Amino acid sequence: MELQTLTYLFVGISFALYIGIAIWSRARSTNDFYIAGKGVSPIANGMATAADWMSAASFISMAGLIAFLGKDGSVYLMGWTGGYVLLALLLAPYLRKFGQYTVPDFIGTRYYSKAARLVAIICLIFISFTYVAGQMRGVGIVFSRFLEVDINTGVIIGMLIVFFYAVLGGMKGITYTQVAQYCVLIFAYLVPAIFISLLITNNPIPQLGFGDKIAGSSVYLLDKLDQLSLELGFNAYTENTKSNIDVFFITAALMFGTAGLPHVIVRFFTVPKVSDARKSAGYALVFIALLYTTAPAVAAFAKINFIDSVQKVEYQSAPNWFKNWESIGLIAWKDKNDDGIINYSSGNALEGVKPIYTDQLGKHGQRVVENEPNQSNKNEVYIDNDIMVLANPEIAQLPNWVIALVAAGALAAALSTAAGLLLVISASISHDLMKKMLMPKITEKQELIFARCAAAVAIFIAGLFGIYPPGFVAQVVAFAFGLAASTIFPALFLGIFYKRLNKEGAIAGMITGLLTTSSYIIYFKFLNPSFNNSEFWIFGISPEGIGFLGMIMNFIVALIVSNFYSRPPSEIYQMIDEIRKP
Amino acid sequence: MKSSYWKSNLIIVTSLLFVWFIVSYGFGIIWSDELDNLKIGGFKLGFWFSQQGSIYFFVIIIFTYVYLLNKLDKKYFNSSEKSEIKEKD
Repeated sequence: MELQTLTYLFVGISFALYIGIAIWSRARSTNDFYIAGKGVSPIANGMATAADWMSAASFISMAGLIAFLGKDGSVYLMGWTGGYVLLALLLAPYLRKFGQYTVPDFIGTRYYSKAARLVAIICLIFISFTYVAGQMRGVGIVFSRFLEVDINTGVIIGMLIVFFYAVLGGMKGITYTQVAQYCVLIFAYLVPAIFISLLITNNPIPQLGFGDKIAGSSVYLLDKLDQLSLELGFNAYTENTKSNIDVFFITAALMFGTAGLPHVIVRFFTVPKVSDARKSAGYALVFIALLYTTAPAVAAFAKINFIDSVQKVEYQSAPNWFKNWESIGLIAWKDKNDDGIINYSSGNALEGVKPIYTDQLGKHGQRVVENEPNQSNKNEVYIDNDIMVLANPEIAQLPNWVIALVAAGALAAALSTAAGLLLVISASISHDLMKKMLMPKITEKQELIFARCAAAVAIFIAGLFGIYPPGFVAQVVAFAFGLAASTIFPALFLGIFYKRLNKEGAIAGMITGLLTTSSYIIYFKFLNPSFNNSEFWIFGISPEGIGFLGMIMNFIVALIVSNFYSRPPSEIYQMIDEIRKP
Repeated sequence: MKSSYWKSNLIIVTSLLFVWFIVSYGFGIIWSDELDNLKIGGFKLGFWFSQQGSIYFFVIIIFTYVYLLNKLDKKYFNSSEKSEIKEKD
């Protein structure tokens, strides 16, 4: 069957499945809507957490990023998994025992303060919207490449599906849809990885395959990759280029940020018992690790395949996928030496990095770009990292059904994360802002209506982000993790492990974390991007890693300020004793 | 009794976080370049820890915690229920 027909079929079946599940598991009370009635089994919750967590960025972008960064890319692998250890050991069981609906709920109650709750709500909404914007871009890319519809139409279809099951089903609907989405996305990720591993190394397990010898030769794949990278003027694939301190701080900011992300934490509110919350974090990490240990293998395979099939090939005989992605605008070729042959090496091919296409075709049939060639190097190829995973099956010439499967998987990853985030946003508005702060007298039924309206509005705004993508999506992702690490994580951690911390200390700490992290990121990413290099960074820490420093500042300020004010009231001591019991 | 439950919990958590730190920040970052001199198959060891090994250890750490804490919970909180059952017998 043709690729497009197959893709419509796979995407159609998976969407029908999600809608069916939503109807079967719709929410009837606020308890259902916010935390799925606390009736989710630890394994199901583990899968839902994994789908919630693994976004378009994990599915589509991460392997491409690692292929490009080599060993430097490890920060994402360790950073986005190690946070689950912190969640399981330091937060999840206690927050589940606390037994309320949202993260601001805990912060507001523990620090007996509406101001603390408000700071938490602001951080939460900012973090979640940042994240949603990225998901919508993912949906747009998949729709435009594989279903050949307009990006805007694609985003609207995606939004309608999420609207349907998030507004109707709440947390309960989302949870069971996410279980299905996890199965779709992991299958879609593993199948091509196994195929390619077999093709390149004869080893069916990608995790072992990329440490194996290339089929039919006695050279190890990674050695070959190191050698190719050096030949093309890149750094050796298996060696760091970033300083150790920067790698350390980025990894830490991502880990503590993960542990402080509201949409992940809230998943552990849905299981029946405290011991289930611990177990569930373990299952979640197993399901996540399945993809995260495959990703570096996919990255290595993709890089070697890409170089093999493009380097020194005449443009006219270049593989079809190269031209397909060129027409989407994620690949560009500028024939610097006018020989009609593609030359791929290190450095940016174009001045201004991103290609600006014209309507004309060059003499070899390539899309002509306005950009001046960057003459400091010989690289002629612009390639967006995002296509590595999506194009990988095409590059490896796998059958059409595998390519269609990857499209369905990428959509599952993007939609499941978007739904989880939208729920957190709507809960913080209807529950934390309306019920707990502005209109405490509303009934449960009214609160549920508010929750559904808030979800609808949030979906609408997310859709706008997808149709008019802000140019700064990539820059603000560092923001989301930095803020979660420097505001929410310390407030939760100290709230559980340090009884003496009072509201003055907690609020001062959160504001310190918020200001340190955001001023550093805004300065280097928006105000003075030309200074954004290690010469100007404090202690050599890049904006991506500053959240960890913000977290340390938060701890110091919180502990000092706390000592100047009176102890928290005795009910708080009792409450903490209570949550420390299983 | 409750405070000794909490103390045992803190000991478990601290020792597991120590392992967590060593396998990721230690083997994956700080001593990664030194470990790269050792090779297992096609993997340099430091590279393997930063892209594979640390993640496997994370999973093991969480399930060790689950096992130890379930045991601890039983010791401190289920014993009273059990004795009640025994009394009924």
